[in-house]
Amino acid sequence: MSDEQPPEGSAPAARRWPEPPLELETIRRFGPHRVDARSARLTAARADERLVKTHCCFCGQQCGVQLVVSGETVVGVEPWYEFPFNQGMMCPKGVKRYLQQSHPDRLLRALERDPGSPGGFRELGYERAIQRVAGEIRRLQERHGPECIGMLSGASLTNEKAYLMGKFARLALRTPYIDYNGRLCMVSAGSGNKKAFGVDRAANPWSDLLGAEVVLVSGANVAECAPITTNYIWQAREHGARVIVVDPRLTPLARTCDLFLPVRPGRDTALFAGMLHLMIEHDWLDHEFIERHTVGFEAAAAEVREWTPRRTAEVTGIAERSIVRAAELWGRAKTSFLLHARGLEHHSHGVKNVLSAINLVLASGRIGRASCGYGTITGQANGQGGREHGQKCDQLPGGRDISDPEHRAHVAAVWGVPVEAIPGPGVDAYELIRRIDRGEIKGLLSLCFNPLVSLPDSGFVRQALQKLEFFVAIDFFLSETARLAHVVLPGSLQEEDEGTITQVEGRVIRVRKAVSCPGEAREDWRIVQDLARALDRAAGFSFTHPREIFEELRRASKGGVCDYSGITWEQVERELGVFWPCPAEVPPGARRPAANGTPRLFEPGSWNPIARGAGPFFFPDGKARFHATPHTGPAEDTDDAYPILLTTGRVVSHFLSGNQTRRIGPLIDHFPEPRLEIHPRLAERLGVADADWVTVESRRGSCTLQAWVVRTIRPDTVFVAYHWGGRRSINQVTNSAQDPISKIPEYKACAVRLRRAEGPPEHAQRLEPQQ
Amino acid sequence: MSVDARDARVFFVDPGRCIGCQSCVQACTECDTHRGRSMIQLDVLDRARSPQTAPVVCMHCESPTCAEVCPADAIKRTEDGVVQSARKPRCIACNNCVLACPFGVPKMASSLDLMMKCDLCYDRTSVGLKPMCASVCPSQALAYLTPDELARLRPAARPVNTFRFGAQAITTKVQVLVPRGAPVEVIDVTAAMHEPSLGHEVAAEVFDAVLEGADAPEGRS
Ligand code: SF4
Repeated sequence: MSDEQPPEGSAPAARRWPEPPLELETIRRFGPHRVDARSARLTAARADERLVKTHCCFCGQQCGVQLVVSGETVVGVEPWYEFPFNQGMMCPKGVKRYLQQSHPDRLLRALERDPGSPGGFRELGYERAIQRVAGEIRRLQERHGPECIGMLSGASLTNEKAYLMGKFARLALRTPYIDYNGRLCMVSAGSGNKKAFGVDRAANPWSDLLGAEVVLVSGANVAECAPITTNYIWQAREHGARVIVVDPRLTPLARTCDLFLPVRPGRDTALFAGMLHLMIEHDWLDHEFIERHTVGFEAAAAEVREWTPRRTAEVTGIAERSIVRAAELWGRAKTSFLLHARGLEHHSHGVKNVLSAINLVLASGRIGRASCGYGTITGQANGQGGREHGQKCDQLPGGRDISDPEHRAHVAAVWGVPVEAIPGPGVDAYELIRRIDRGEIKGLLSLCFNPLVSLPDSGFVRQALQKLEFFVAIDFFLSETARLAHVVLPGSLQEEDEGTITQVEGRVIRVRKAVSCPGEAREDWRIVQDLARALDRAAGFSFTHPREIFEELRRASKGGVCDYSGITWEQVERELGVFWPCPAEVPPGARRPAANGTPRLFEPGSWNPIARGAGPFFFPDGKARFHATPHTGPAEDTDDAYPILLTTGRVVSHFLSGNQTRRIGPLIDHFPEPRLEIHPRLAERLGVADADWVTVESRRGSCTLQAWVVRTIRPDTVFVAYHWGGRRSINQVTNSAQDPISKIPEYKACAVRLRRAEGPPEHAQRLEPQQ
Repeated sequence: MSVDARDARVFFVDPGRCIGCQSCVQACTECDTHRGRSMIQLDVLDRARSPQTAPVVCMHCESPTCAEVCPADAIKRTEDGVVQSARKPRCIACNNCVLACPFGVPKMASSLDLMMKCDLCYDRTSVGLKPMCASVCPSQALAYLTPDELARLRPAARPVNTFRFGAQAITTKVQVLVPRGAPVEVIDVTAAMHEPSLGHEVAAEVFDAVLEGADAPEGRS
């Protein structure tokens, strides 16, 4: 798709959805309730405790941890000092995560919607539930064809599960319609990386931050969303690095950085254009690198010709002298590392933002060497591996393209099916919801995804999901979305299964089973295999252990861009992680991957399956691509009616849609409910004082919450974190405009207005803060 | 492990690194000896103006004021300089230590009638493990390092362990890291209390500049 196409969903149609119901009964029965401590620990004899070396279940850092386990209960956590990435460090989520296990809200049996039962559901036996789900799917598909079933999956799943979900959708459900919640997370970075480098992975291990003279962090609230990365940045600073932070808020990392660039939301491309303009003007370029290893510099240079510091300052709202200083620091450095995350990527021009950041890296020539790095910070646990092995709508395992005949043939051979058995490309997660709304998709299977909380314009999402003829959710807690399901199947927590995950640096690691699934809950891969069997489509779904799935994944990824064929579980355990690409075979003369795989990409002389020795980048000519990236603002900019920009994000004590962290008492207490960050100047003009209730309103919906008057945010922008559901969800307000290439929604900028509310809304009086 | 080997590591606080994540607090509540209670406090200095936060741990003074004012002799300092929690049979919950500690560390657990404070994770450090807070701290604002590690990991910092509170000077086992070039030998705590929180000027300056931007967001809102 071309860059010129207007973003979707940008039409300013005024529409409103009913307020979400309070669901008091459902919440009373299924939570989220809080658990504060494991009383078992105090009485348990320490003798029967064992330590299980595994990883945190939450963010993409994937800290190595040791779970303390007593019988079938996880009773605590102990640092795992030997794991190289975090060496014992953990954020508060990692420390308190153990409380999610043995939680009273845990789903132990399958549920079936029944308005007469308490909370709206009654229990039913596992086997009966499987038969009912298979029956409904068969009934719908017989009447409307296989494509009437959709599937939504998630990037917190292990590689093995992610792989199996893609295969299950294509071969057992026979539908093209599968997509995953990485669509809200890594897709702009992924598309940008593929366009510029031909491969989608952080280019360097984080250890390459050490020795960087300049660390540029753009749109990444590292301290709260990737806490362990903080120590890497501070270590770089100990050794002399200057730290530049680009963010509309003064984040904890920005507080002591060397240069803070308070960008107006949606103007990042302009900032990077201004910086490239100055690099060219002062000849802070690596001509030899540009000449030998890149194409497209001239077009990119022409595009930034007009971006003088003055104009850049006007558009970005950053002082001219700061822009000049940033270009100077970046331009003159001999080593550097650029990191970005959702702040850059959650835009209707997110891919362009990423490409314009990569232009700065390519112009400097500082990549593929020690202390010269680039990386996007993964959000979800398996944000990396989850986007490689086929649960994306247009993708097959190994990062292969579902529309490419050769790729299809390879995977069809591994799966032992004719090529025609693999459906063509589907649609992105939000479009999938739109097709449900239009009645084209009538049945949905979801797991590891809570779209009612995490998708923008959630009023639209709710009414669409309510139209489903049949909705089955696999979940371990009854999420806000699962409350709309007809059948809920009890799935597994991360600590109840074996598998691998690919963390932020592209390092494949092992997660281990610490306890068994309780009650009638099952590992997610078993559940979908049981469904395949009940659908009489069991061929290819007879795995008895995740390890067997990994062995098939190795073969399916072989020869692809994300090549895992040379990785074994033993090696992962021995090396404490193996970085892909790690091909089993390389041609004579090519460099073999090390015992721990390929930590650093794009090294001079490196081999990859696309360039085949022509150069270090993953294109036939081995060269990286500059891109001309004309600046465009947010799809919905401010106007007289909606004069303020809203941007959203996360806090350190909660994770994504909060389905887990909003059940853990100490994490709730740290940040009980969302607040609206607002600069005192704006607050004063609106007559809003700290802790006042305010209603923030867009063309789509509104949300009433307490103001937090702080001078650490741009006066034209307000911020709200998105971890809460129902009437506390800021995604009632956000815009579903999407990037035309990556299809990421524009969470980071939409137009709102604000007014003081009369007082606390009903939900504040009737529900606990996390509910 | 011998006392010598244990002594080889020192607890450092580097307030400039703190990101306010509360990992230290959450990890501290996991200790079996004071489950659910944190012996660390995370101070939010002035959130309206800055995200600055500062962890407050027991500094393990060489002449601990808490022990000096204890009428029941319940607070002991180990041979290797760790000032321990009050001994249960002796503590009379008089609150003297709570009021006297210049750093504000000891806390009265009123439900137990017992003063509780950080004992540097004696259960861990006495067997060669790092204290919990310094283990988990994602920014390593709290760090437990050997002299070699200090030299290797903190080339830009210098430890200081003398503090002045008005007329009182205190030397501590726990050390604070200050920028290497800073002309600081003694940290004057009383004077520091009147300084604005760090990041305050940045917020004021940068966001005021924002208002003057020609994009004039302010004018439109
Ligand atoms: S959420 Fe991320 S940073 Fe925090 S402990 Fe888990 S993996 Fe580490």
